[in-house]
Amino acid sequence: MTVLDTAKGSWPERGDAFTLEQTWSDPPGLLGWFSAVNHKTIAVRFMVTTFIFFLLGGLLALAIRLQLALPNGKVLGPDLYNQVFTMHGSTMMFLFAVPVMQAVATYLVPLMIGARSVAFPRMNAFAWWIFTMGGAMLYLAFFLDIGPDAGWFAYVPLAGPDYSPGKRVDFWAQMITFTELSGLMEAIVLITTILKMRAPGMTLNRMPLFVWTILVTNVMVLFAMPAVMLASTALITDRLVDTQFYNPAKGGDALLWQHLFWFFGHPEVYMIFIPPLGFMSSIIATFSRRPVVGYAAMVLALIGTAFLAFGLWVHHMFATNLPELGKAFFTAASLMIAIPTSVQIFCWISTLWTGRIDFKTPLLFVLAFFVILLLGGLTGLMLASVPLDYQLHDTYFVVAHLHYVLLGGAVFPLFGAFYYWFPKFTGRLLGERLGRWNFWLFFIGFNLAFFPMHVLGLQGMPRRVYTYPAEMDWADLNLLATAGALTIGLSVLLFVVNVVRSLRHGAAAGDNPWGAGTLEWSVSSPPPMANFERVPVVHGRFPLWQDAAQPAHVTGLASGYREVLITSVADAKLDHRLWLPGSTPWPFLAAVATTILFVGSIFTPWAVVWGAVPVAIATTAWFWPKREMTGRRVDSELLP
Amino acid sequence: MSLHAYALTAPLQDALRPAGIQAVHLGNLWNLTLGLCGLVFAAVLGACLYALWRAPRGDAGTAPDLRSLAQPERRVWRAIAWATAASTLGLLGLLAADVWTSRALARLPLADAVNIELTGHQWWWEARYLDADPAREFMTANELHIPVGRPVLVTLRADDVIHTLWIPNLQGKKDMIPGRTATITLRADRAGSYRGQCAEFCGVEHALMALLVEAEPNAAYEAWAARQREAAPAPRDALAQRGRAVFVNGNCARCHTVAGTDAQGRMGPDLSHLASRRTIGAGMFPNKRGHLAGWIADPQSLKPGVYMPPNALAPDDLQALLAYLETLK
Repeated sequence: MTVLDTAKGSWPERGDAFTLEQTWSDPPGLLGWFSAVNHKTIAVRFMVTTFIFFLLGGLLALAIRLQLALPNGKVLGPDLYNQVFTMHGSTMMFLFAVPVMQAVATYLVPLMIGARSVAFPRMNAFAWWIFTMGGAMLYLAFFLDIGPDAGWFAYVPLAGPDYSPGKRVDFWAQMITFTELSGLMEAIVLITTILKMRAPGMTLNRMPLFVWTILVTNVMVLFAMPAVMLASTALITDRLVDTQFYNPAKGGDALLWQHLFWFFGHPEVYMIFIPPLGFMSSIIATFSRRPVVGYAAMVLALIGTAFLAFGLWVHHMFATNLPELGKAFFTAASLMIAIPTSVQIFCWISTLWTGRIDFKTPLLFVLAFFVILLLGGLTGLMLASVPLDYQLHDTYFVVAHLHYVLLGGAVFPLFGAFYYWFPKFTGRLLGERLGRWNFWLFFIGFNLAFFPMHVLGLQGMPRRVYTYPAEMDWADLNLLATAGALTIGLSVLLFVVNVVRSLRHGAAAGDNPWGAGTLEWSVSSPPPMANFERVPVVHGRFPLWQDAAQPAHVTGLASGYREVLITSVADAKLDHRLWLPGSTPWPFLAAVATTILFVGSIFTPWAVVWGAVPVAIATTAWFWPKREMTGRRVDSELLP
Repeated sequence: MSLHAYALTAPLQDALRPAGIQAVHLGNLWNLTLGLCGLVFAAVLGACLYALWRAPRGDAGTAPDLRSLAQPERRVWRAIAWATAASTLGLLGLLAADVWTSRALARLPLADAVNIELTGHQWWWEARYLDADPAREFMTANELHIPVGRPVLVTLRADDVIHTLWIPNLQGKKDMIPGRTATITLRADRAGSYRGQCAEFCGVEHALMALLVEAEPNAAYEAWAARQREAAPAPRDALAQRGRAVFVNGNCARCHTVAGTDAQGRMGPDLSHLASRRTIGAGMFPNKRGHLAGWIADPQSLKPGVYMPPNALAPDDLQALLAYLETLK
């Protein structure tokens, strides 16, 4: 058991560690599995779930590439193809890219800020359950041939009741409700954790850059996600109860959908892209053996990016008949957002320039950013231009661009992050040799798959076509793209092999295999259930790199209860102690009840009425106080 | 140019081979942007690779260099500030070029423009050539003819879902949104055959929604337009006359129009001059007897999901119908 690690001589007595481990553990057994609320347990489940969706989305991508490998392809018919590309986009955006960042964050943030848990651990568990159930619902529908087929963007009127009869789009819209509910709850959990639960002394100015990215991202979630929830709810009511929000024939407006969707959709790109900037900063600092250049500039760049991200959405709509002068402002804003990103890239290059470099697999994945994201960013400048967008919009050029941005900006750093933190999650290192194969196959396969798409787009190939005629001369580049996609598939397979092998046979990691400087590396790998046996007091940005200072620890926290420290927002001064609630199956049961309501409402609007009853019961039971616990809490307050 | 000559050249659909003034503006902006972005890419990647090459190696045991926490790294900061300033300047340059190009696109002189109202349907294009004199207006589908050197003003509408007009050799895209009207201006400066394709995902057959644009000298265009304005002559031989009866009295007339007959359906493309068109099925199949027969009998096998129902005609009726359709020049 990790808590018995005798290397940790600083621990005063085994008894206390045992008590803590017991206190923070979830109960054993099947019921215990459904009652788990420990943030690391939930985060691991969340990561695994999102990774399964990544694999499913990847298989769908391979199906798309096989269909398009040759002209007049016959692998998928048009109907299935449209479901497949819709599922691919929806999966990658809603079931993988945004939630995986929150999943990683719910594991790492408490460890990085010296907290024993996330805030609202039950809500955190509920968010994972509801996400999983929403994703499962979508795939169940897909396997029953009622998968959505109107694109991951579901433009009306095509997604409306007249042109998408049946239940297909309803499942898509409810999947949005599920995932956005989960995303909003995770945002609340993470923001509260970061602002109120940092270890004493970890002022905002000492927060690791990764934690900054998570804070910024989740504030963006709070502002962006309601827009798409509103939009998809209006879509559902148009489809199910005959409202006319998007029906131009009855005074609605088809463009309203696009505004609402992209007001969420563009910030979403940055919600996917900003946490990996934190991966970048963590990994680059560790593997160039120095802090990242320009901490304040990095933080300001993140905040600037977050603000500007809300002012760009119209660049998805340049081909509409919105006023030209208005479009020019969005061009300016879209170009402007390149500035904070450039600042960060320059800071990282300076860090590498002045550092001492340790070329390990995590760093390789992160370095790919400088090729792939850079290219994706530059093609983004092209798409920001109204006139160029007239040619490039909705072509394979955009497909190339968005994959360069999302894979180069998010997936490559995410894989780097897995290689980097896997030892912390599991206690074992991932294989370095397989890691290099994984990296190079991914890098080469990626460029083979997506670079030709730039050219295809310029040669006139629109997006979302299930086939193309042989006369169009697009066949060679499409075949190349398919070969690249298969190479990526092989690379991801190697990653899975690497994970499975390393879980059993990987080299033992120890607490700090990379010689990193942030708090998560101060605890054993995997961390004890309570994260920190004694909550640290922080005196700098890199507690493990800087000389120890006094006081080193907080004393006096109860080990028999899930007691955490609450500190002030800016300066992390001690504020008060709080007892977090224990393990319970009610978040799971509340998620089941909510799922019944959401799925039921696809079939009858009355499900919103009768479905609310079990939800109310489950959430009431969730919050029902226990007399014994309340009594003890009162006692502890009387006798501190 | 004769139809035969057209058939020998595949139509172009390529943004990098502009054949009209608007596409030339876009092509110039593309070249400028590509050049500038290429330079930036080379510079940043070069700096990154140089940094990796020059920096000494370390490992997990290397003592971290914490000097930057104690004192500011002024030289490094200065380099970052210069690089950021240069980027900002480049971005301003791009912005100026973008705005300039937008202005150029908007300033195409429209005197003596050809006016076309183009409506997007799932999955075909309906065109009405407008004229101040309503008697001179005419309808066609899936194939536009335009005069070289004269501006064309296209008014865009959509009947069902959103479609997007895109003829890359001539001009960029414009959405066709139900409930909204948009316009786009273009001019072909080189005669030729250009292919356009719907660029907004519009349902199951989005992939098979193409549009042919024939840019021809003004005289040829006017001759074409004159033919389109007149109804095709009534068929003379008995077979074609029987075919017309099949058309007018059978299923066809419910959805299709042939000018000068009782067939006035509006659901599907206007077929008044079907035989003069190069393709059927919205730019997807050559307008040959065999394809036409297959299309009439079982459109679903050629374009799954298309709204046209199958037509189980007796073989004689089908032959007669084909003979009639071939007279619609």
